[in-house]
Amino acid sequence: MQTRRETLKQSAVLAGLLASTGLFPQYALAYNKGAFEAKSLADVLKALGAGAPVESKDVVIGGPDIAENGAVVPLTASTALAGVKQVLILVEKNPSAMVALFDVTDSVEVNFSTRAKMGQSSDVYAVAVMVDGQALYAKKEVKVTLGGCGG
Amino acid sequence: MADPMRIRAQAAGDKATVRVLMSHEMESGQRKDAAGKLVPAWFIQDVEAKHNGKSVMTAEWGPAVSKNPFLQFTVKGAKAGDKIAVTWKDNKGETRTDEATVS
Repeated sequence: MQTRRETLKQSAVLAGLLASTGLFPQYALAYNKGAFEAKSLADVLKALGAGAPVESKDVVIGGPDIAENGAVVPLTASTALAGVKQVLILVEKNPSAMVALFDVTDSVEVNFSTRAKMGQSSDVYAVAVMVDGQALYAKKEVKVTLGGCGG
Repeated sequence: MADPMRIRAQAAGDKATVRVLMSHEMESGQRKDAAGKLVPAWFIQDVEAKHNGKSVMTAEWGPAVSKNPFLQFTVKGAKAGDKIAVTWKDNKGETRTDEATVS
């Protein structure tokens, strides 16, 4: 006989399955595995089908000059430009260059912050992929005193 | 399941800044445990934020996002009393949703 706990658990699983199909249609598109496995800025953009990267003053990458703890480096990517489709944060010398990808909608400002692991001192990039496929980026060097991958 | 996310959404004018602190190991798959074996990758892959039920932000993350991930973004047209829901899904298929009200 099914206990109430079993029933609740099954409902939750079912709800989860429904959610993954119905509510999040964009997840029907594969998670950009190829882009997350790419090792350089150019390869990430190629995997995403974007154009060649062009440095731009209008894209801003925020972060510390020196990160004392490579396991938790606060990074911000933002731009005031319109027509942005996605914003990417990359750490060049990490085993996989792309840290995060944010899809931009009309309802959010193009200003995202998160914390990333950095294995070593490296250039950090914020890339704005425009709706026309252009990729505009800004980079900043972040020095890391203690690497962030437990190594 | 994981601990609840801490979501703070503060309205300022017609925008709300949302800060989320998620509870997740975010194993990169690069670390070795005490026995020298590689700890398998276990990290949040997809994040979605909804404002009053409408999807306003989606993000894809790699293993490089720090443990107990922090996320900050700003929602336009949000005012006090609105609901912000954040959902994450990790590479094992586990998922979690938490909700907060804009203050």
